Amino acid sequence: MPQDFNLEQFKVTYFEECHELLASAEEHLTLLQNDLGNVDVEVLHAIFRCVHSIKGGAGAFNFTDLIDFTHSFETLLDKLREGEIPVSAELVEVLYEATDILSTLVQRAQANEDSDPQVWEKTKQKLEAYLNSEAPSADHRDAIVDYDLTPEQEDAQGWGLFVDVVDDTPAPEVTSQAAQNFTPNYKIKFVPEPHLLRFANEPLLLARELSSLGTYVAHADLSRLVDLDQINPDEAYLSWTFELETDAPKSAIEEVFEFVVDDCELLIEEIAEAGEQKAPAAEKVAKVKSAPKIDEPVIESRPPTVEPTDQEPAQLSAPQTTQLQETSDDRAPALEAGKEAPKATLKQQAKISSIRVELDRVDRLVNMVGELVISQAMLRQQVENLIPEDSHVMAQGFEDLSAHTRELQESVMAIRMQPVKSVFARIPRMVRELSARLGKKVDLITQGEMTEVDKTVIEQLMDPLTHMIRNSLDHGIETQEERLKSGKPERASIKLSAEHRSGRIQIEVSDDGKGINRQRVLEKAISKGLLPSDHNLTDDEIDNLIFAPGFSTAEEVSDVSGRGVGMDVVRRNVVSLGGRISVFSSPGEGTRFLMSLPLTLAVLDGMIVRCGQEKYIIPLTSVIESIHPIAEEIQPLMNGAMMVSMRGQYIRIVNLHKLFNINGAVNDPTHGLVVIVETERYGHVGILVDELLGQQQVVIKSLEENYDPIDGVAAATILGNGKVALILDVDGLADMEHGSERHRTFANLEQQVLLTGEKAHGHD
Amino acid sequence: MGLRVLAVDDSKTMRDMVGFTLRNAGHEVLEAGDGQDALDKLGQDKVDLIITDVNMPRMDGITLIKELRQHAVHKATPILVLTTESDASKKNEGRAAGATGWIVKPFSPDKLLQVVSKVCP
Repeated sequence: MPQDFNLEQFKVTYFEECHELLASAEEHLTLLQNDLGNVDVEVLHAIFRCVHSIKGGAGAFNFTDLIDFTHSFETLLDKLREGEIPVSAELVEVLYEATDILSTLVQRAQANEDSDPQVWEKTKQKLEAYLNSEAPSADHRDAIVDYDLTPEQEDAQGWGLFVDVVDDTPAPEVTSQAAQNFTPNYKIKFVPEPHLLRFANEPLLLARELSSLGTYVAHADLSRLVDLDQINPDEAYLSWTFELETDAPKSAIEEVFEFVVDDCELLIEEIAEAGEQKAPAAEKVAKVKSAPKIDEPVIESRPPTVEPTDQEPAQLSAPQTTQLQETSDDRAPALEAGKEAPKATLKQQAKISSIRVELDRVDRLVNMVGELVISQAMLRQQVENLIPEDSHVMAQGFEDLSAHTRELQESVMAIRMQPVKSVFARIPRMVRELSARLGKKVDLITQGEMTEVDKTVIEQLMDPLTHMIRNSLDHGIETQEERLKSGKPERASIKLSAEHRSGRIQIEVSDDGKGINRQRVLEKAISKGLLPSDHNLTDDEIDNLIFAPGFSTAEEVSDVSGRGVGMDVVRRNVVSLGGRISVFSSPGEGTRFLMSLPLTLAVLDGMIVRCGQEKYIIPLTSVIESIHPIAEEIQPLMNGAMMVSMRGQYIRIVNLHKLFNINGAVNDPTHGLVVIVETERYGHVGILVDELLGQQQVVIKSLEENYDPIDGVAAATILGNGKVALILDVDGLADMEHGSERHRTFANLEQQVLLTGEKAHGHD
Repeated sequence: MGLRVLAVDDSKTMRDMVGFTLRNAGHEVLEAGDGQDALDKLGQDKVDLIITDVNMPRMDGITLIKELRQHAVHKATPILVLTTESDASKKNEGRAAGATGWIVKPFSPDKLLQVVSKVCP
């Protein structure tokens, strides 16, 4: 077994755990920082445990950089929690820094890379500076046991307590293990203290260990044995002298007794070749500690021992259970920097009210339930025609089945739902650091952290959120002087909120800064050729130009706003998730980002359409409307493409049948249905289909996993009739339709610039 | 051999590793995340060995050991405390509280099994 003990399998768990621990450490650091005047030692304990656990695993996997750094970190935290070093604001900053470094080191370990010592040496030194500034106390960890004490010194230290017991008492009982040619080379005297048994150390097991080293003969000493009616079963009365013949070194013998050295008298002597004992006087050794290579602390006074059961256990202190304050609600959501925050106490989670489940298992469950939904729908369809009119029972049965299946699906989907809190939790610190760096004073207000969303979506939230907030901090919020000059309060505020709306999750980031500088935006757009100078965009449209591709370039995006990634990439990512993002601005008053995402990425509401004999699904979130155009509204283009006129705008028609080579489909828009959808890069386009069949919630099945990616197709699903239907990728289709003509024309840009999210007045 | 062992540690990684090593050697391993959890899981049922970490939330290892040594059912059960090399004082604290022995982290599976066989019949 030991040969196939592969540590790799535990690494995944370890790194997952590290991420959780780091998040927890940060949370606790925030608590600490918000209440420096009244430090809760439990918070310090919690942070210590986080780092301690990370270090433990690092040791097991031999991540040397991590071990090295965590050691200093842990030592400092230990002293902090013991109250040996006071907590100060500067120290907390260093702790934050150390946590960041720790996070980097963990990432490196996970990526199997070494880290540049420069990365962490500086911080490590800062940590150690705090450790060294502490008044040097008797660091008993480094004390080495002095083996060369005289008997008088031993007595003075208390080791001599049991010297008197070394008497030659009569009537030893002999247990003989030895065969004829038994020449012991060690004599071991073992006198357990009466309380030894209370440690669950068994002399019998010690003897067994000895026998694994060689052969022994044991002589039992019964001198301490009391009468039967006085015997206490928890006490040790016997002692032994072992004669051992072994090839093992003395250290091996010492190791046998390593746990019990403090609770017995132990004498290990070498027997000279001729069978004589060496002069005992010279060999009177102080209590033998375990192998010298381990540094043992000098125990100045005897540690409190376990009391015999028939006495009051007065010596043992009352169990110090770390009672954390229990309340029923969660930590105060609004971590407002600088404001008089209520003392955020450490709340304890309810006793094991949740379990950890591997995501794989949940995914499989979701999948299976999805299949169940499909099967049930199929069955229902088959049977619908067969149910005789008067069979109400059967019909009812199917109704019930359908309802239960739906409920089951909802419950299963709910398993993966998580509060956005985990994403929101990292924002306060970001705001604090950035505002400090920019020299601005900002308060962060959060709302709706318990709003739940699918785990798959949570992971995608952090990026856009980060960009929106950075944008606010960098461009939106003014400096303190500017604010005061315009009569605003010196402290700016950013509001971050999440709520469920029309079956989606809506996240808002708003600030009370100076709003978008429309003049500059226009100038920039025009200078980049995104806009002609005689445009007629509305204010809202101008604001949303910041999302236009190519609007921001690397050299213009400041360091604070992020690595040259502009809002256009943010929007593209959001849209690829089926979401929308838009911005509203009030000059002088503030800016508001609104982002909406589907609640889950596993299921979607789709519009089922027919094209020829094939059925396709168009995600409902992309659909604007569908029209039956008349001839006058159709405008053919030179290259054979078609446009349809709608309310003064021209919308490009996507000929699905052509792109997918579907035979027998409608190819005249006036005979079919044009479904107007929103695309990322081409604004509105109209997909030509034969007819609309209905609307349905479908389980998304990945095409990549089961087949290969296909242009124009986002995923697949299985309909009630058992057939596979492809879910269309409207952006991909628009791309395919435009083919080589990828350049943008004015008509398309205008549409592109139009809002893709909720309009200013809540109109969806 | 087939011992019944309780592994107590707030780190899942640690529990996994201890559990894996012992199960592979044919033992049954129960797990707990902290001292209180350990007591709850034990109840009145004896186990052959308890292996516990020191630093844990709610109830730490030292307290757990003290509690166990006062418990009618568990007071004679061998207890091993998990301690790190750099914190030798924990060994003594553990011992003082009543631990039968200790294992120093990081440990090899062989070492773990060796110590287990030392303290268990």
